[in-house]
Amino acid sequence: MTTLALQAGLAPVRRADHWRPAELVFWLLPVAAYFIFPDNLVLLTQIAITALFCLSLDLILGYAGIVSLGHAAFFGLGAYAAGLLAAHGFGDPLLGLGVAAVVAAALGFVTSLLVLRGADLTRLMVTLGVAMMLYELANKLTPITGGVDGLQGIEVLPLLGPFEFDLYGKTAFWYALAVLFVLFWVARRIVHSPFGLSLKGIRLNVGRMPALGTPVNARLAAVYTLGAAYAGIAGALLAQTTQFVALDVLSFNRSAELLLILVLGGSGSLYGALIGTIVFMSAHHLLSELNPQYWQFWLGALLVVIVLFARDGVMGGLRRIGARFGANGGTK
Amino acid sequence: MEFRKHFALLAVALGASVVSLSVAAVEPLKIGMILPMSGPFASYGKQIEHGARLYLQEHNNTFAGRKVELIVKDDTGVAPEISKRAAQELVVKDKVEILAGFGLTPSAFAVAPLATQAKTPMVVMNAASSSITTKSDYVLRVSHTLPQITAPIASWALKNNIKKVFTLVADYGPGHDAETQFKKTFTAGGGEIVGEVRTPVKSPDLAPFLQKIKDVKPDAVFLFLPPGEQTVGFIKGFAERGLAKAGIRIIATGDLTEEDQLDAMGDNALGIINSLQYSEVHNSPENKAYTAAYYKAYPKDRPNYMSVSGYDGMQLIAKTLEKTGGDANGAKFMAAAKGMAWVSPRGAISIDAETRDIVQTIYVRKVEKVGGKLQNVEFDQIANFKDPGKQ
Repeated sequence: MTTLALQAGLAPVRRADHWRPAELVFWLLPVAAYFIFPDNLVLLTQIAITALFCLSLDLILGYAGIVSLGHAAFFGLGAYAAGLLAAHGFGDPLLGLGVAAVVAAALGFVTSLLVLRGADLTRLMVTLGVAMMLYELANKLTPITGGVDGLQGIEVLPLLGPFEFDLYGKTAFWYALAVLFVLFWVARRIVHSPFGLSLKGIRLNVGRMPALGTPVNARLAAVYTLGAAYAGIAGALLAQTTQFVALDVLSFNRSAELLLILVLGGSGSLYGALIGTIVFMSAHHLLSELNPQYWQFWLGALLVVIVLFARDGVMGGLRRIGARFGANGGTK
Repeated sequence: MEFRKHFALLAVALGASVVSLSVAAVEPLKIGMILPMSGPFASYGKQIEHGARLYLQEHNNTFAGRKVELIVKDDTGVAPEISKRAAQELVVKDKVEILAGFGLTPSAFAVAPLATQAKTPMVVMNAASSSITTKSDYVLRVSHTLPQITAPIASWALKNNIKKVFTLVADYGPGHDAETQFKKTFTAGGGEIVGEVRTPVKSPDLAPFLQKIKDVKPDAVFLFLPPGEQTVGFIKGFAERGLAKAGIRIIATGDLTEEDQLDAMGDNALGIINSLQYSEVHNSPENKAYTAAYYKAYPKDRPNYMSVSGYDGMQLIAKTLEKTGGDANGAKFMAAAKGMAWVSPRGAISIDAETRDIVQTIYVRKVEKVGGKLQNVEFDQIANFKDPGKQ
């Protein structure tokens, strides 16, 4: 009886976990893009990498409600970890991803202890501070990191044996896309799991969750660590596909831009992170192509318009359009 | 699958060679420029593009009988992944035969492996780390290296009774390089470094450093700061706190007092001794023609060393193509470009056949007023100076 009731109660949650047709169509887009834009594979690869990075911020901000202005710390750490490995003879791409994930997760776990001590503003300061410290550290450790000149001599071995990273960026594209898809799938499972639901609960009402028996701090620390690992992997992908790491992987600019992308796409929705990245980077690319000097003005204007007219970002806009036409809303 | 791929590649290669054989002479030459056109280094991109377009305009957009098409891409300054992406797209999509530009070192480093992979010549027009030319056999540099413009000012100081120097450099790669080279040349010649500080790159408070310098009372301060606001702040503070009156002089690399920055510094810059390869008032017929043409084309800006790099980069490409009969094939182009010598607005220059780096005269100059305008007036020189960073 009780199990039946429980199962009935969980039914909407279970349903949300099913893959919708719209999602399948969405994942066919990058495959189509490969054939439609064969000359822009590097851009497409970098969109996939930034999307993964944005996804990692979405996990901690959109789902758990932890604001961060220093997420580039993990991205940069992952990039340097993978870059240094490859520069010292350990050029296997998957090994690089693994090590980057572990190193970034370790930093994420340690800093989560600091981050969890405060409320929103304190968190902004702490995350910002951690990223700034890492930036300065990488700047000072010139013999190891190359400092301002950047880390060179990265030699990435062929992927899985036969697939060499080519001039056209084909291998890099499929590699980044595959990693993004796998990690997206994992993230999707996580946010629909009881763990993910408890995170949403914490975001909505942190006071009530302990009453339900949820260990709030442990959950937040776990998701912060997970987000850090994701960001580290994204950084490693960038280091491996560009075969170069510069100081700017740790810059404040990168953290701030990421936040902007996530808000643009719609935080609290995994697809929001992906769509935000696609919109932002495509607009960036097209506008700077049209006008190399003053494109930033138009990009700014575009962002203001989107935020004004589509609350909750592009995803929120899509959801409202979907609701108006009576379809069953956007995808979550 | 593998066979099909190879076959397709072979077919493409065959097709391409047939096409290139028949229309090589008439096909336009595409040159892809990667420059910072927006962000804090936008002035670099602007000046380099000005110089490059000026040369094209003077030569009717035609090099060795081939129409030239310039494609400019913005890399926003220090963003190597954007530089690399731009380079890849230029090579793969736009099919450029030559890459050029590169405002800052990281962007040149990021693109160098791609130049090797694609066998595309890469003409560096500003990035100044010494080792850039060693990163690919396809790199040529027409600007300068940091050691190349730093060593002459140290030698000049030694010859002119400056025995004790305090060094103040910004705490980042180029600053460290300048400090290292200055100390090396200066102490080797018997000079003494009486103090050294590295200031934070972002918005430092220079007042305590100025006080420290005043207390130590060196003969001169060797200065290397990012051009712009900080330099202006330092020069103003230097005058206000009476360091100049105390008999302390400022010596620096000439990019600090380049023409784009000079007007912002105002009269406080008067008397700064510095070393660089180009000055707007360099006395030669080539430079007179150049500055006249520059002011005619861009009345709002002043020609500086970066614009001359853009101009000379195009000149190198044009002269090399004349030698190869319009063929920009990587290997042929590089062979022809090595050892190329010509007269630039800055004086006679050449490309070192061994290192593919530039050999040029570095001038020692003093900031003075010429006809009501602040200018770097040349008064000493080290002729045909190779990059000391590679020795």
